[in-house]
Amino acid sequence: MTGVSERIIQRNADAAGALIGYLPVGFPDLDRSVDAAVAIAESGVDVIELGIPYSDPVMDGPVIQAATQRALNAGFHVSDTFEAIRRITAQVDVPVLVMTYWNLVRQRGVDRFADELLESGGSGLITPDLIPDEAGDWLAASERTGLDRVFLAAPSSTDARLDTVVSESRGFVYTVSTMGITGARSDVDSAARTLVGRLRAHGVENACVGLGISTAEQVAQVLEYADGAIVGSALVSALERGVDEVARVAAELATGTARTS
Amino acid sequence: MALRDETGPYFGDFGGRYVPESLVAALDELTLAWEDAKADPAFHSELDELLDNYVGRPSRLTEVPRFQQAVGSRPRIFLKREDLNHTGSHKINNVLGQALLTKRIGKTRVIAETGAGQHGVATATAAALFGLDCVVYMGEVDTERQALNVARMRLLGAEVVAVKAGSRTLKDAINDAMRDWVTNVETTNYIFGTVAGPHPFPAMVRDLQKVVGEEAREQMLARTGALPTAVAACVGGGSNAIGIFHAFLDDPGVALFGFEAGGEGVDTPRHAATITKGRPGVLHGTNSFLLQDEDGQTIESHSISAGLDYPGVGPEHAWLADTGRASYRAVTDAEAMDALLTLSRSEGIIPAIESAHALAGAIRLGQELGEDDTVLVSLSGRGDKDMTTAGEYFRLIDEGATQS
Repeated sequence: MTGVSERIIQRNADAAGALIGYLPVGFPDLDRSVDAAVAIAESGVDVIELGIPYSDPVMDGPVIQAATQRALNAGFHVSDTFEAIRRITAQVDVPVLVMTYWNLVRQRGVDRFADELLESGGSGLITPDLIPDEAGDWLAASERTGLDRVFLAAPSSTDARLDTVVSESRGFVYTVSTMGITGARSDVDSAARTLVGRLRAHGVENACVGLGISTAEQVAQVLEYADGAIVGSALVSALERGVDEVARVAAELATGTARTS
Repeated sequence: MALRDETGPYFGDFGGRYVPESLVAALDELTLAWEDAKADPAFHSELDELLDNYVGRPSRLTEVPRFQQAVGSRPRIFLKREDLNHTGSHKINNVLGQALLTKRIGKTRVIAETGAGQHGVATATAAALFGLDCVVYMGEVDTERQALNVARMRLLGAEVVAVKAGSRTLKDAINDAMRDWVTNVETTNYIFGTVAGPHPFPAMVRDLQKVVGEEAREQMLARTGALPTAVAACVGGGSNAIGIFHAFLDDPGVALFGFEAGGEGVDTPRHAATITKGRPGVLHGTNSFLLQDEDGQTIESHSISAGLDYPGVGPEHAWLADTGRASYRAVTDAEAMDALLTLSRSEGIIPAIESAHALAGAIRLGQELGEDDTVLVSLSGRGDKDMTTAGEYFRLIDEGATQS
């Protein structure tokens, strides 16, 4: 199985960079969330970011909130995540990172969660509400298991904090394009370009930009300076219209990864 | 170290900062600004002047012998009258401090969450006083049951956003306020209403509310010649309780009791008794007790009182419960409403339904303690805002009646 960092580096050699696609597990139901993840991987998405539905997702905008709430109402359980990863990775060779709010990991037990994630074929965790300062247990568990750990960097982060985020992250650094939450935006902030530049100065291996990216043109724009572009709400909106539609939108977004020069 | 000296970010195993990276700079800025303000005599003199002439501090200590008699309490009962503050509750103490801090860090817009509306009203009031733009997030369920406070906030010039997500109560109002803050943090300060949330809020809100207990401690000594045997307060997020407890933390002879919202009973799913029935976990940026399912999904709470209808609690309370320094018990909706009626009819004081939970707790302590003991109760707010709920509960409003 290809690792996250390896895949991103390979895509930067072969193309303009990597496309990372977010989908929540269990939306619209478990089977179709698996089918959708497989379909976007087959349509040019290089890394899957699988979100675990959570009751209080403070980093998520209305589209993802509505989708994850539906999954919860339909009886989603955290253990479904591991089954989904097993089924996705059995069908396609794609690294799968899990995006989760911290309490869900904490309640399962950090070590148990890490073991189950590793066993199911998952690559690591993206933790939107866990900063390295509070991540002692997770740093230890990810060292033990070799799982990737993706922390966030924000335009407001100080240099000292960027230093910590770069040195503690593995896989990539989730570069928050703009001050805000998930959801499509007409322009991806110039703050993203500046922040990626700062992360490079701190020696980042892979900086991938997320929040607000919804078109192939924006993907191409971001990949001019970043190693990967992360798309979420646009895929979730498409999935509301069916698995075929999310595959079509993923293929369209993937045209943004073509090298232009 | 004295218990009073804990400044966070951690209270024992509890507290911390479980937030998106985007908020860390703002939390660091607030932490530094608060440390700076605490050491600045000019800040204290401005705040003290406002507490004195605008809020009406010190708030009174009222003994309630007719209530004591009505409920058959052996110990004497004293109420710390935060209900007499301007805007009608203890919330104004915290808000004025944070509004002054907002000016110090040069931000022009404030946001707040509110459950019962008391924190929202206090924030809207301070925003009017200081000329700040103000947006208050309130669960849609709460905008309905506390409609009067919605009108007050709008009259004061604040925008009230009815939050329709999740359980449509305080928890969801906090989620939306945090989303607003993540997006607008450059211009916006989040005036948080309780001793929960990420550091520095638990310690800062505590510091701004501890005046309640400091005054009450002196007043009890002056009135009775001794410290109270027990202190009783209601606990939702826990700001009035920490406010009145804090001055007594290092007085081992004073027993501290927090009364949580037991709703329809702690053996039913409909309650908000976080410490009584929850377990440690992370919600809204802090590690504390939490009502949650096996996976860690937050469970929706229930209380007749909007201000206590919250599935989390401040980390300092979690620590006081864990160490045994304070005891936490649950009081049902029905017990609280009985206490509200009894205080109204025996003393002519209509308490907020939140504060009625503390009174119901004091009624129980009245059976456990002796005649030489005294109970100090935090009467954290007045009941004007609760007339719709009380009117329905006690069938006080004539059918078809309209106000002329």
